[in-house]
Amino acid sequence: MSTMAVPDVAVAPVDAGFWTRNRKVGLVLLALGLLAAVLFGALATDQQARFTLSDDAAGAALEINGTIGAILFGIIAIAAGAALLAGVPKRWFLTVLGVGLVGFVLSFLCWQVSAAPTGQNFMPLVNIIRGTFILALPLIFGALAGVLCERSGVVNVAIEGQLLMGAFSGALFGSLSGSVWVGLVAAAIGGAFISLLLAVFAIRYLVDQVVIGIVLNLLAVGVTGFLYERLMQTDATKYNSAPRFGNWNIPLLEDIPVLGPALFRGNIFLYLGLLLVLVIHIGLFRTRWGLRTRSVGEHPTAADTLGVKVLRVRYRNVLLAGVVAGIGGASYTLALYSFTKNMIGGKGFIALAALIFGRWNPTGALLAALFFGFADQLATYLGAINSVIPSQFLAMLPYLATILAVAGLVGRVRAPAADGKPYIKG
Amino acid sequence: MEPGEIHALLGENGAGKSTLMNVLYGLYQPDEGEILVDGKPLKLKGPSDAIAAGIGMVHQHFMLVPVFTVTENIMLGAEQVRGGIAGFLDRRRARRQVAEVSERYNLRVDPDAVIEDLPVGIQQRVEIVKALTRDVDLLILDEPTAVLTPQETEELLTVMRSLKAAGKSIVFITHKLGEVKAIADRITVIRRGRTVGTALPEASRDELAALMVGRSVRLTVEKGTATPGEPMLEVAGLVVDDDRQVRAVDGVDLTVRAGEVLGVAGVQGNGQTELIEAIMGLRPVLAGTVSLGGDRIDGWKTKKVLRAGVGYVPEDRSVDGLVKEFSVAENLVLDIYDRPPFGAGLALRPDAIATSAKERIEQFDVRTSSADAPVGTLSGGNQQKVIVARELSRPLKLFIAAQPTRGVDVGSIEFIHSRIIRERDIGTAVMVVSSELDEVIGLADRIAVMYRGRIIGIVGPDTPREEIGLLMAGISPDAVSERGADAAPTDGTATDGGPASDAGSANEDEA
Repeated sequence: MSTMAVPDVAVAPVDAGFWTRNRKVGLVLLALGLLAAVLFGALATDQQARFTLSDDAAGAALEINGTIGAILFGIIAIAAGAALLAGVPKRWFLTVLGVGLVGFVLSFLCWQVSAAPTGQNFMPLVNIIRGTFILALPLIFGALAGVLCERSGVVNVAIEGQLLMGAFSGALFGSLSGSVWVGLVAAAIGGAFISLLLAVFAIRYLVDQVVIGIVLNLLAVGVTGFLYERLMQTDATKYNSAPRFGNWNIPLLEDIPVLGPALFRGNIFLYLGLLLVLVIHIGLFRTRWGLRTRSVGEHPTAADTLGVKVLRVRYRNVLLAGVVAGIGGASYTLALYSFTKNMIGGKGFIALAALIFGRWNPTGALLAALFFGFADQLATYLGAINSVIPSQFLAMLPYLATILAVAGLVGRVRAPAADGKPYIKG
Repeated sequence: MEPGEIHALLGENGAGKSTLMNVLYGLYQPDEGEILVDGKPLKLKGPSDAIAAGIGMVHQHFMLVPVFTVTENIMLGAEQVRGGIAGFLDRRRARRQVAEVSERYNLRVDPDAVIEDLPVGIQQRVEIVKALTRDVDLLILDEPTAVLTPQETEELLTVMRSLKAAGKSIVFITHKLGEVKAIADRITVIRRGRTVGTALPEASRDELAALMVGRSVRLTVEKGTATPGEPMLEVAGLVVDDDRQVRAVDGVDLTVRAGEVLGVAGVQGNGQTELIEAIMGLRPVLAGTVSLGGDRIDGWKTKKVLRAGVGYVPEDRSVDGLVKEFSVAENLVLDIYDRPPFGAGLALRPDAIATSAKERIEQFDVRTSSADAPVGTLSGGNQQKVIVARELSRPLKLFIAAQPTRGVDVGSIEFIHSRIIRERDIGTAVMVVSSELDEVIGLADRIAVMYRGRIIGIVGPDTPREEIGLLMAGISPDAVSERGADAAPTDGTATDGGPASDAGSANEDEA
C-alpha cells in the first residue's frame, strides 16, 4: 500500500508564467535605455564629453563625442534590458542589470557633460569618487549601526540621534581635551548612550521600537541643540574647536591611478568605515557571535531553547550599534566641520534607507550608501555646471530607490523575522 | 523514566502535557514540586541546564531558524569555533558531526539544506538530530505526529524504535491512541493538570479513552424536553480547509432543527472550529452547501449571515469575541452599532447605547463596575456573559456557541447554560460545540461527534459517555475500517482513511 497518495501539504510555488520579476525588470530597463538613447542622444551636443582622471580639467581623460556617447550607452542599456527580457540565467541577473544601469547613467552623463557651458565639458573622476565616499561615509556608519541592531531583532530608527550625539560629544570632548583620540572615544560613548536608552526601553520595557527611536532622535536634537547654544556658541574656542584627524596617505595604494588619490589619501574615518564593513560582514556570517545574533533576530524562541541568552545578545548589539554610529558622527566633527545645530540633517534616515536597500547586509549597505553618496555628489556637480536637471531630483533618489527596494523590484527584501518584536520569555 | 523506555504522555488538549514538559526542559519554572534525575533533585534555570542534564526536547512548533541551514541550526548554542576570541565557526567540523549523528541513527538530512525549503517531516528529523548531537539521554517529543503525514508518522515511529534500541529514553506526548499503543512501553494519562492513571500498552483503547476523557460528575443542566420544529440549519457535503490549506472539514452533513440543541463533541482539532467558521462565512466553503431556513447562506459575508438571524459565540473570546479595550456598553453593540436605535447616519447614539447596556447588564447578570469599564477588566465569566448578552439580544433563527464556557467560573457556567436552554425553548435552533464532553451531554438533545473532519456518529444525550469517548477517539461500531486505519501504523499499512481524512487529524494546535 505504499503507493497510497499522501496529502500534499507543501505549497506549490506560484507560477508567474512568462512575466517573471526578472522579465519585468528587463522591460523597465529597456524603456530606460530607449529614453536614454533617444532623449539624451537628442539633447546631447557635439562637444566632447571628457571624463578626466584627476581633480580638475588637466591630465589624461576618457573622451567621447556627446551625442555618440549618449546613444551608445543608451543602446547598452537597451541591450541589457532586452537580454533580461529574453531571460538570462539567475546568477547573471544582477550583473546584466548592473551593466544596464551603468549604461543608463553614462548616457545621462554624456548628455550633461557635453551640454555644459563651454570650458566646463569635463567631469573630474577623482573628485567625484572621493566626494562620493565622503558623502557616503556617515551613511556607511549609520547603516552598519542599523545592521548590528536589526540583525539582532531591534529596529534602529534612532540612527540619526546616535550620529548626532556622536558628532556632538566628539566635538565637545575633543575641544576640551585637545585630543582627537579622546574626542573619538567620547563620540563612541555618546552614540552608545542613545543606544543604551533605546535598548532599555525596547528590550526591558517593551516600548514600541519605532516610537522610541523617533523620540530618541528628537531627544538628541534637543539636548545637543541646547548645549550648543549654551556652551558652544558662548565660547566656541573652548567648546567647539576640536582638533581634526588629518589625511593619512597609504603607501603604494595611493599610487593606483584614479582610485589611489580618490580613496587612499583619506582620513581615519574612511579607512575605519571600510574596515568595519568587512569586519561586520565576516563577523555576522562566519563567527559564533554572528550566528547567535542572526538567530536572535530571526527566531529568538529557538535561540532561547538552545541556551542563547536572547536579551543579552540584543543589549550587546544595540550598544555596539551606538558605538559605530557615534564614530560615524565624529567623522563630521573630528575631520570636516565644527559642530552646528542638527548638523546630521536627516542622514540617519538615509542610512536607514541604505540599510533596507542593502537588505540588512553590511556589503549591501555599503553599496547602497555609495549609490546614495554618488547621487548626492552628482547633484553638486550638476549644480556646478548649471544643469537643467534640478538638484532636488537627485536628492530624491535615495528615497525613491528605497521605495522601489521595499516594493520588491530589486529582489526579495526581507527583514530579520523578529525585527522589532520584543522577546518575552514563556 | 527508565533508560531505553518510551513513555507516552496521553491527554486531551489543554490537559497540561506540554506545560509539564516545558517545565522539564527549563522553559517554565515550577511553582511547586521538584524534578528528580537519577534520584537527585534538579534545578533548571533554563534550557541550557536541561541540555546539560541530558534532556532534549522537540517542540510541537519547531524551534528552527527558517533561513538558516541545517548545520547552522544544529550548531547554534553549541558552536565549534576556531581562532580564539574571534570565534570563527568551524563549519566543516559541525557538518561532519551532523553527518555522523544522522548516519548513526539513520536520520538522513542534508547538512547544507536551508530549513524553510524542507518539508515538515524532515524539519522534525533535524530537530531530533539537533537534540542527539547534544548527547541527550532523554528526548521529549511534544505532539510530534500532529503535523506529519501518515507515512512520515510511520518513519518517525521507526526512528523512535531505533533510538530506544540505542538506549535513549523518550517521552512521547500525544492524544492519539493508535500511536501510543503502537510504540509506548508505559502510558501516563493526564487530565486537567493531574495524572489520572498509568497504563500499559496492552490496555484496551476503550480504557485509555475513558481515562483520557474522564468520568467526572455530569454538570446537570435543568431542562425540559425539546420540541423540535422545522430544520433550520442544513449543512450538506461541506468541505473546508484550515489555515495551512489542509483539509479540516471533509464532507459534513448535519441538520439543526428549530427548538433543539445539537451538541458537537470531539477532541479539539478535528474540524469543529473550521466547520463553524465556514457556517459563519469566516472561512471559504470549498464544496457543499449551508442553508438557513431554506436559504443558501454559503458564500455570504459574515455580516449578512449575522443579519439573517444567526447568533455566534466564538471559541476564543479574547481574540474574536470582544474588543478588550472597548467598554462593556460598546462591546454590547458591536454587531448592531450601525442600526437604529444605536446608530443614526454617521453618528452613534451614546444615550441609546447606554440605556440598552444598562438593561442587558442587569438581565444577563454581568458583574462590572460600570457599563463604561473596559471589558478586558472583567473576569472571564463576565466577559463571556457580555458576548452571550450581545448575541441573544437580537431575534435569532440559529444560535451557535463554540466553547461557551471555556475558562468560565462555575456560577457563570450555570447561567450561560440556562440562557442557552431558554433560547432553545423559544424556538431557536442551537448548536453547541465544546471539547467538554460533560457540557455537550448536559445541553444537547442530539450529539454529533466529529473525528478527522467528519461526523462519525450522531447519538442521543443518554448515550453512555464511554461510548461517546470511543467515538471521539475515532472508534465507531459502524466504522470498523477506521479502527483498522488507526491501529495500522505498526505494520505500515493503512486500510482506509485516505489522504483527506488523515489530513484532518493533522490540524492540531495547542499553542
